[in-house]
Amino acid sequence: MDIVELSRLQFAATALYHFLFVPLTLGLSILLGIMETVYVMTGKTIWRDLTKFWGTLFGINFVMGVATGITMEFQFGTNWAYYSHYVGDIFGAPLAIEGLMAFFLEATFIGIFFFGWNRMSKVGHLVITWGLAIGSNLSALWILIANGWMQYPVGSRFNVDTMRMEVSNFAEVLFNPVAQAKFVHTVSAGYVVGAVFVLAISALYLLRGKHVVLAKRSMTVAAGFGLAASLSVVVLGDESGYTAGQNQKMKVAAIEAEWDTQAAPASFTLIGIPDMKTHTTKYEVKIPYALGLIATRSTDQEVPGINNLVEIAKTRIKNGMIAYDALAKIKVDRNNAALRTTLDAHVKDLGYALLLKRVRSDVQNATPQQIDAAAASTVPNVPVLFWSFRFMVGLGFYFIALFAVAFWLSAKRQLDTHRWFLRAAFWTLPLPWIAAELGWIVAEYGRQPWIIEGVLPTSLAVSGTAAGNVMFSLAGFIVFYSTLLVADIYLLVKYIKLGPDATLGHKVEENLVAAE
Amino acid sequence: MDYEILRLIWWALLGILLIGFAVMDGFDFGTGILLPFVARSDIERRVVINSVGPTWEGNQVWLILGAGAIFAAWPTLYAAAFSGFYLAMFLLLAALILRPVGFKFRSKFQSTGMRTFWDYALFVGGLVPALIFGVAFGNLFVGVPYGFDSDLRFHEEITLFSLLNPFALLTGLVSVAMHVLHGATWVSLKAEGKPGARARAIIPWAALVFVILFVAAGAWVMQLSGYKITGVIDHNGPSNPTLKTVVLVAGGWFDNYKAVPLLWLAPLVAALGALLAVVLRGKPLLAWVSSALVPVGTIATAGLALFPFFLPSTSYPDQSLTVWDASSSKLTLEIMLVCVIIFLPIVLIYTAWVYRIMRGQVKAETILSDSNANY
Repeated sequence: MDIVELSRLQFAATALYHFLFVPLTLGLSILLGIMETVYVMTGKTIWRDLTKFWGTLFGINFVMGVATGITMEFQFGTNWAYYSHYVGDIFGAPLAIEGLMAFFLEATFIGIFFFGWNRMSKVGHLVITWGLAIGSNLSALWILIANGWMQYPVGSRFNVDTMRMEVSNFAEVLFNPVAQAKFVHTVSAGYVVGAVFVLAISALYLLRGKHVVLAKRSMTVAAGFGLAASLSVVVLGDESGYTAGQNQKMKVAAIEAEWDTQAAPASFTLIGIPDMKTHTTKYEVKIPYALGLIATRSTDQEVPGINNLVEIAKTRIKNGMIAYDALAKIKVDRNNAALRTTLDAHVKDLGYALLLKRVRSDVQNATPQQIDAAAASTVPNVPVLFWSFRFMVGLGFYFIALFAVAFWLSAKRQLDTHRWFLRAAFWTLPLPWIAAELGWIVAEYGRQPWIIEGVLPTSLAVSGTAAGNVMFSLAGFIVFYSTLLVADIYLLVKYIKLGPDATLGHKVEENLVAAE
Repeated sequence: MDYEILRLIWWALLGILLIGFAVMDGFDFGTGILLPFVARSDIERRVVINSVGPTWEGNQVWLILGAGAIFAAWPTLYAAAFSGFYLAMFLLLAALILRPVGFKFRSKFQSTGMRTFWDYALFVGGLVPALIFGVAFGNLFVGVPYGFDSDLRFHEEITLFSLLNPFALLTGLVSVAMHVLHGATWVSLKAEGKPGARARAIIPWAALVFVILFVAAGAWVMQLSGYKITGVIDHNGPSNPTLKTVVLVAGGWFDNYKAVPLLWLAPLVAALGALLAVVLRGKPLLAWVSSALVPVGTIATAGLALFPFFLPSTSYPDQSLTVWDASSSKLTLEIMLVCVIIFLPIVLIYTAWVYRIMRGQVKAETILSDSNANY
């Protein structure tokens, strides 16, 4: 494997690990805030015990998020040095602001969440818990502003004197529609993970007839929160689809395996077997109009197909070669105004010319065959995207159904009477993680071959370090994280088995009003 | 505001963030290093671990923020340093991954073997970062082999072995001594009973070792070649490190000190901090404040000597990264400055509030009475 593949594999592996812990932190932190709010408002100690018990599990998960998160921040520099140089002017800012505004809050308050119970007033501690939840969610906001810019690089321009992209309008980066859509979709997914976690473990307690008092209340909170979250994740996922349809046409076409542009409104391929070689989909089952409605919110606009987008890419590559030619000449003739004008006129397609760098360094002299091959390389892996998307959406609808039932049973006070429901709830436990990871694959794998859509190909973004170094660290991280994951799951299972009474060192009882 | 002034401000801010990190996370590292030595029984170890328990996580964000600020304000430096010091960064990450997990997991395991394992994980999690940061600083004085091509793609011939040169190992030890001292004043302040007393006894030794090594490193720097930009420098120019010329001058890292003698205050503060920590060790809070001056003075000493250089290149000295050619665009520096001015004071306020809530010594009986909440 070459350094590009190794670096991508390392990023994928470490990001997938990181994203096991982050969604649970996002969801559970809000649930802790809700539980503690009930405690402060009613004064009933059961709700404090709920907060403390789920908080114990939250804490075990949280440190893994921290341990895997540091690697993510350092990795842009270690493995993606040219990326850091090329777009650090824009991409670095949201990461730094994340530390300053969000992670500082989150990390400073988490200690007090555990250690501060007997050292501060009830309201004071509630402020800490909500600060923790808000910090976690703000953290996601900034990370997704950074990520949204990779999908839709607004508010920036190429500077030939520094050979990189620089910010031209920070407000556009901040209010990037893709970032907004991704933020709400991703945190909602985190809320679903948190709600399923609480629902599933509570269901297990009810199935075994243990800790009934805690489990029923936990389930009630999780049911309401989970229903809202699962509705939001699907509705706002649709918003994601719409914004992607506006600027990542290739990703949308690949998800739908839409090889050729259809007459508007396009139909949606429900299932089928896409074939990358022949550019066809076998055994397809189609729903008329649906794709056009999702991607364009109209009945008269076309959704461009893959083959058509490849043709557009060819034009852009040829245009980009003009920009690259001017750029190469400017390097030896820095003050030539005419060359700079030429560059400016074609610079929006410079990234497309860089796709040719894989085959030759003098990209301005590429042959027609090389241009065709480069244009063809803009097609991501269609079958993987097609199926990841369908499983994710299917799971999304399943979560709505599950939480709707949970909500209905909870309203009728029958949460513990239907064992089939409790079993279903328990076995749902791994599913939101699968959905979240699939969503990540659709978003990031679907961006390939770009690291910054239309601006910088992934293959150019790596460091100059030896491939052996990347191999070594990749092996190191996998061994490290896997070992820690085993310890993490061991401890989670241990405390779930111990249950709230043994964990907190006293019997969790109903509705006592705490003495002040 | 001028691009030049913004770059100077961000150079100073980088120093402030590194100092913030060394002061705040520094005593956590020191505490980790001291853990196996000042605490012997299980409960003693829990006392020491819980002395940093509620606050280490927030302290570590100084590192996250420092790295993020380098990325945002000095992207070329971020790309060069992080990929150039590849395996050192991996070791650092490995150690930093052990720490959060070590704190949280250690006392949740019942077996003595597992607890001892995590104790040493915390020891490694303190020692390795302290050593690596010192080694990294040492290499800034020696320089490392790297350069840029015409696309400003960074290339290097740096190996882990070459980073571990004698001078860098010396500065690594300076850093370890500094962290041990700062950790010792913290444990002496926060841990009741024997661990606190043992830490107090370590303070004079740590201070002595620090001062000796610090002075030795200074004497060694006199023998090294300093870097100097020749010709006209455009302080407001584009961030392109390939457009200047640089010469090497024997003993040149002292040029700034010769030009501005006031700068000698920086090494003086470092040495004085170590001395005061010893003198005031009977008053633990004052001793901790004194030992906090050591990283302030030490980092300032190094930064002021290197200015305007960040990372000198031995293979292409002309392409060494400096304050004038490694920064973000003017707009990014402005935006980030506004963010720092708004949010850093807020961070300091709630951090102070949290330390106030957690004031007082950590006692064994508190830990045993609420074993779940404590580490």
